[in-house]
Amino acid sequence: MAGILTYALHDDEGNFNKNSLGAISEAAKLAGELGGEAAALVVGEVGDEACASLGNWGAAKVYRAKGVPEGLAQPIVDAMAKVIQDEGFTYALFGGGLLGFEIGAGLTARLNAGVTMEVTEVKVQDGKLVAERPILQDSQIADVGYVSEPGIIIGRLNAFDANESGGSAEVVDVDVELSPWSTKATMVQRGEQRGADVNIEDADILVGGGRGLGAAEGFKQCEELAEAMGGAVAATRAVVDAGWYPYAAQIGQTGKTVAPKLYLAAGISGAIQHKVGMQSSENILAINKDQNAPIFEFSDLGVVGDLHKIVPKLTEAIKAKKGG
Amino acid sequence: MKICVLVKEVPDAAVQKRIDPGTMRLDRSGEKNLNPFDTHAIEAAMQIKEGGAIPVEEVVAVTMGPDSAVRALHKAVALGADRSVHLSDDELAGSDVCATGYSLAKVLESESPDLVLLGQQSDDGECYTIGAVVADHLQMPSLTQVIKIDVSDGKLRCERQAEYGYDTVEVELPAVISVGDAINEPRYPSLKAIMGAKKKPLDGKATGDVGIDAGMVGESGSKTAVLALNPPPPKEAGEIIEDEDTNETVEKIVAWLDERKLI
Amino acid sequence: MPAVKPIDFPPPFDSADVIGPPTDPVDDRIEVGVAIVGGGPAGLACANKLMQLLEDEPELTEKLGEVPVAVIEKGKVAGAHLLSGANVDPSALTRLFPDLDPADWPPVYQEVTKDATYFLTSKAAIPLKPPPPNFRKEGTYTLSVSKLGRFLAEKAEEAGVYILSETAATKLLVEDRIVKGVRSGDRGRGKDGEELGNFEPGSDVVAKATVLAEGTIGHLTYAAYDYFDMHGSDPQAWELGVKEVWEVPKPLDRVIHTLGWPLRWSPKYKEAGGSFIYPMGEDKVCFGLVVGLDYTDATFSVHDALQQFKTHPFIKKIIEGGKRVGWGAKTIPSGGYWALPKRFSVPGMVVAGDAAGMVNIAELAGIHYAMHAGMYAAEAIVESLKADVNSVNFESYDKKIRDSVIEKDLYRSRNMKQPLTRGLIFGGMMGSAMVATKGAFPGGHWKVEDNAEPAMHLGKAGDKYPKPDNELTFNKLDSVFLSGNATRDDAPNHVRIQTKVPREIAQTWVSMCPAQVYEIPDEQLENGATEVDVHVTASNCVQCGAITAKGGRLTLPEGGDGPLYQET
Repeated sequence: MAGILTYALHDDEGNFNKNSLGAISEAAKLAGELGGEAAALVVGEVGDEACASLGNWGAAKVYRAKGVPEGLAQPIVDAMAKVIQDEGFTYALFGGGLLGFEIGAGLTARLNAGVTMEVTEVKVQDGKLVAERPILQDSQIADVGYVSEPGIIIGRLNAFDANESGGSAEVVDVDVELSPWSTKATMVQRGEQRGADVNIEDADILVGGGRGLGAAEGFKQCEELAEAMGGAVAATRAVVDAGWYPYAAQIGQTGKTVAPKLYLAAGISGAIQHKVGMQSSENILAINKDQNAPIFEFSDLGVVGDLHKIVPKLTEAIKAKKGG
Repeated sequence: MKICVLVKEVPDAAVQKRIDPGTMRLDRSGEKNLNPFDTHAIEAAMQIKEGGAIPVEEVVAVTMGPDSAVRALHKAVALGADRSVHLSDDELAGSDVCATGYSLAKVLESESPDLVLLGQQSDDGECYTIGAVVADHLQMPSLTQVIKIDVSDGKLRCERQAEYGYDTVEVELPAVISVGDAINEPRYPSLKAIMGAKKKPLDGKATGDVGIDAGMVGESGSKTAVLALNPPPPKEAGEIIEDEDTNETVEKIVAWLDERKLI
Repeated sequence: MPAVKPIDFPPPFDSADVIGPPTDPVDDRIEVGVAIVGGGPAGLACANKLMQLLEDEPELTEKLGEVPVAVIEKGKVAGAHLLSGANVDPSALTRLFPDLDPADWPPVYQEVTKDATYFLTSKAAIPLKPPPPNFRKEGTYTLSVSKLGRFLAEKAEEAGVYILSETAATKLLVEDRIVKGVRSGDRGRGKDGEELGNFEPGSDVVAKATVLAEGTIGHLTYAAYDYFDMHGSDPQAWELGVKEVWEVPKPLDRVIHTLGWPLRWSPKYKEAGGSFIYPMGEDKVCFGLVVGLDYTDATFSVHDALQQFKTHPFIKKIIEGGKRVGWGAKTIPSGGYWALPKRFSVPGMVVAGDAAGMVNIAELAGIHYAMHAGMYAAEAIVESLKADVNSVNFESYDKKIRDSVIEKDLYRSRNMKQPLTRGLIFGGMMGSAMVATKGAFPGGHWKVEDNAEPAMHLGKAGDKYPKPDNELTFNKLDSVFLSGNATRDDAPNHVRIQTKVPREIAQTWVSMCPAQVYEIPDEQLENGATEVDVHVTASNCVQCGAITAKGGRLTLPEGGDGPLYQET
């Protein structure tokens, strides 16, 4: 039976991570096509009900390793390796995120298994899984297959959508003996919030400002819009160069590379030097008064108009919508 | 203690990369350079050495790759490593993550390091994984994407940004740590160091020298295979709105955002 | 209205600032035998030749110390900043490596067996038969000079030369009017010159002999000309070439040169130049447009004229179905014989190649002269140091150059370029007559004009350029990206210009620069101000050098900055 094991990450309050739920839903869908079942591994003291609730996302079974701590990869590698070997799972699938990469990589070594990371889609070919991985700045998609079992698939952040299917998972407790080296890293503090310094590489929504803002003061509009949308502010090289905004916010060839869910480009022409830093964004919305601006060639929604008129009204409208 | 820094030669960031359609591997014929993330790992090693919290006898740069990878080692040595090790063998060509991690672990084993540092990702697409693969083979604790390392009482105190915020983790030595580019600003090599780089010892190793099982490496020993390369699905042409009535325009934008669950 | 000339707006730059004595404590200085500045054809031919000669001179080698020969190269690698046509006369290649057949050289694509020259009108291409003799290229080899640089550097390294790439030679070390070496540039300075956290100061590199082989716009070379009074009888002049490399579905079977459209060869516009189109094996071609920098229309842009050129049916047919894979720009010294320096050596130093103006622009040749000069420099230095290792007299180099094919060829073509700015027909006729008489007719000295001398006017060239379609035609920033330029944004500005100038001057720089380094603020563009600000985005710079020709001064950015040419 071709089963797919996933890992369900949870925070200190016991809430499951949405990328993990996405992985469970994806695993359930694929397992259905393969004629098998999807299961999830949970570590730590998570209650029966919470574990069983993962069935709602598609898990048929949940393996719970109570004695294994959450938050660091290596103990979880021990747990997953044991379940994969004992239960004969043929694939392990991870949603995006740092721990998924680490656990998947650890399993690769432990099980002498093939691994594909940054996967955006998985398909079934001849009864086996084939992982699609965008490469070379997403200019090509590599179809990666596995020459032996098990195969490890690590998704890109937000690659898999979580779908509620209804249902409840069977919860099975497993005893895991930790490897000696798995206990040599210990969490001192987890999930510390460090306030204002929003890391633009992690923001889901970015409002990028370019020369079309006219002056440094123009960034105020971007900040207000970003705040209303719950996002962060990014900038082009030209405006950073002009001293309108700090370098830390610079996107592009000589700045940061981002891939948020929404990149709202305000007054950005879309030169290649900027494009390479944000072209992987899921949705690109551009506001520019120049209808010939290159950004309109790769934006999903292009608004030709004066951003000074549009952005403040958009901010208001979003505030109103959120408030109401 | 002895620090080994894993480095890699990658196509220079400025080169337009392409896949060789024959081998389905990255065409590495163009200009190459030391992977920029690895310079942060070397810098981290140098800062530990110069920091003095723990005596560091030696920083060794280790790479796996073809003959040309020697240049990456020279750069690593110019940046401060004391010597370097070059694992090179035709058998290794085409190794996937699993096979590469195994090979690197084998060559590291021969050095018995107290700390292995590496860049968290490489410009040619191997990201976030190699450190954890190597660590499991070496049976060492490991942490990836680290942005701060402090040494005290013979242990490392590392920080990184994880799913729920910043995590602080204490790691016992020996360990494998991959670092992000936020950890430091790498130094420039001095001209003297560049000129002296070729004089520092460089050990060439073949697979047999470090006990690598040839059946587990190279294209034939790899566990994954690239089956096909396809262009990405064509992106739907974007919608364009001319702003005539701003209220109406904003309504359209909000509806568009709403449809995509972005509000 | 007074004539607005770039020469009246000199850059804030004093060449004396880049000349001085060593400053590092004696023990900290890096000692080398011969310091060669520039990893191009001249410098690397010199390095290779030196090692060949030193093989037979163990005693001298010993005296030259641990590092007998070092090449200081500002590019990421040797070849990163090299760009040329290029069809190369093989005489220098065979002289340097007699055992290698030029056809087997890795940078060589093929031997030229067929060539053709066309005169273009906006719609047609009229073959010139027979082709002008100075464009006959049969028997030469088509190669990529950026690949040649890499190849020569590899050979040199194998022979024991230290190639110090990513290192800018920013100061000429001179003591008692004797050149003692060069100082490498600092790295890790911020926008305002402040030291960043990873600041690494430069080093004094002291040498028994220094070879300046800096290429077209010699940062130290021209400072040395001033200091040692080496200027030739006429000022140096330059042409600017912009070049592209394309992958094409079908090979090109000949070397092509064109004259005429889209350049305006009248005395009013002085857009003297033409194009080259060269095959690069079975699947690539390269082509470029080269124009004298004494043109007068401030809106003229070689980059955009090249884009326009590609829309001509004649060239479109050659690259149809292809893909642009390379782009770059570079100036070419065009002053020729009259702009050669008064002497090629001063105590402790020699100059070679493009830096010394060793280009025969009429015959589009310079690479083999550069290599020959490099080899002569090597021979002269070894002869001199062999006699006395502390000798600083390299005057035998001057004699070698004077007796060589370099000076002979340049003398023959000494007046060919100048008449071209008086229009194509007059210039073409004069040129043909000069070639036919090997330069005897009409003889005399046709004065080379400083490129910054002609008055600039706001003409209409700029109105005719096509809007980039990203398939056939491209904008400047896309092109800079393709050149591999990824210069750190917070580095100090290395371009010296006056930043408040008449609109004509500002527009000249904006249009001329192929890399979009100069910009006039939007509001000043619109409000018609006669005097405008010039904003400089130095990180776009591909170091072509045109700004030095037309009123500014290119200095050296941090080592490693600038383009990473692969196959130009």
